Amino acid sequence: MSELAIETRGLTYHFGNQKVVDNLSLQIAQGSIYGFLGPNGAGKTTTIKILLNLLKSPADSVFIFGKEINANRIASLRRMGALVEQPAIYAHLSGKENLYNRCILLGTPRSRAKEMLALVGLTEAADKKAGKYSLGMKQRLGIALALLADPELLLLDEPTNGLDPNGIIEIRNLMIELTSKHNKTILVSSHLLSEIERVATHVGIINKGQLLFQGTIDELQTMNKPVVEIETDIVEQTLSILQGAGYHPEHLAGEPIRIPYSSKAETGRINTMLVQSGITVSSIHLVRKDLEHLFLDITKPN
Amino acid sequence: MYALLISLQSEFYKSRKTLAFWASILLPLVICAMVAFGFYTKSEAILKFHYSPQLLWITYSGSALGVMGILILPFYTIFMAFSVNNIEHKNDTWKTLFAQPLGKLSIYTAKYLYAVFLIFICLFLFAGFTYASGHLLQILVPEYKFSDYSAVDLLSKFYAKLFLSSLGILSVQFIISLIWGDFLKPMGIGFVGVIIGIIAASKGWEYAYMIPYSQPALALTMKKSAGGSDFFTQDIYASLIYAVVLFVIGYFIVARKSIK
Repeated sequence: MSELAIETRGLTYHFGNQKVVDNLSLQIAQGSIYGFLGPNGAGKTTTIKILLNLLKSPADSVFIFGKEINANRIASLRRMGALVEQPAIYAHLSGKENLYNRCILLGTPRSRAKEMLALVGLTEAADKKAGKYSLGMKQRLGIALALLADPELLLLDEPTNGLDPNGIIEIRNLMIELTSKHNKTILVSSHLLSEIERVATHVGIINKGQLLFQGTIDELQTMNKPVVEIETDIVEQTLSILQGAGYHPEHLAGEPIRIPYSSKAETGRINTMLVQSGITVSSIHLVRKDLEHLFLDITKPN
Repeated sequence: MYALLISLQSEFYKSRKTLAFWASILLPLVICAMVAFGFYTKSEAILKFHYSPQLLWITYSGSALGVMGILILPFYTIFMAFSVNNIEHKNDTWKTLFAQPLGKLSIYTAKYLYAVFLIFICLFLFAGFTYASGHLLQILVPEYKFSDYSAVDLLSKFYAKLFLSSLGILSVQFIISLIWGDFLKPMGIGFVGVIIGIIAASKGWEYAYMIPYSQPALALTMKKSAGGSDFFTQDIYASLIYAVVLFVIGYFIVARKSIK
């Protein structure tokens, strides 16, 4: 296994008395696109700020390319580019000047700023004041700023926020290109699984500061247990027949009866059994939740 | 050191189109132009006093220095301390500034030095414009005796002292503006400070030199009473001590600052 780009070991962080990150152990492999998912307020942005050393982490809990961040702050930041929350840009400067200012701080040639403007499609608006940009344009400028130093590791906090569908697709393609052609590692946070399931190689799901799932998209799929949904004319009787036959049906008012799916033959046997007991089965079929529902299930408050 | 230099360069690049930067150039230009205009239109009345060349320079520069020391310099300093920090508060850019691969000390020092630089530029231009306009008046009104005395020493002493006396206020206000992102707190505290400073200095309270906001006014009055012999007076030492101590405290605030 290649060296980890980001590793946190039992990271816990408090704002006052409130625990915002709870025993978080992220493992983000180099070259991956890691989708960092969770509802609003789950602790995503706090975690990203900790990874940038904007919030001070306890010693030996955060490692960037294998190095402890507090002891190697500047060396770690040199390998990272980030977009945190709403893009932080100087409203009184133009888009180009915002990039030039960053060029000064990073010692990057100005030609690179022009390349980045072209990459995010802001060449025509380069001389317009950034304060007059639309939200989507600000977001693009933020991404250009993050990419300016050509960092190995990119932290993008909800990068498609405010973008139109075309913009979202462009950012998606850009992320794929950066990892596949330029071997970058990307951590991209989102509160929508659908937004990143097509690009992410790995997913981490966080809620209330706790990591609820971490693995590949395929591993997430396998958590997704299919069920058989049954609709009949007499619900109570159906439930007792199923229970009598050793099944464990679930039923919520107004919804179909659900039992775990095992095989096609098994589903057929259930149907026959119900019909032979005098029940009218109006519908019996296999249901596999989409990832979005799975995500909601994982993050729903218990 | 390299990080400090590029941070300073970036501070200049960011602020060169803001009011704060232009104020440091326009303020001396406007005030000196107004004083010069007054001396030009009222030349007959002034000539009646038959000032010696030295006294003429003192009277002339004193017109700008008087208001500067008591009112304008403290407020200007408060505004500079505010604007250098506010550019980050307003744009929510502290988080990106501190996510750059630069030492926190360099970023903080560059900001502080840039505020010092803005005050230096302003006072340097005050001295320069006063000198130039005096000689311009000499050409326009040949009866004046500006050219009979070299005012370089006089002006540089007055303004250098004023510059050093402003560092105390700058350091107090710099920390306040660093901590709070809004306009009212630094300005409100500064305003109250200036009023207390003026009262303490004008009433001749013996410990007035301990109040940073009194120091510019004291720097000028003590200069006059001491007959120009003392440069490093109590208030200047107090101002420098404030500057050093508060600069160090400010660094610890920055180093521990969590960017929420």
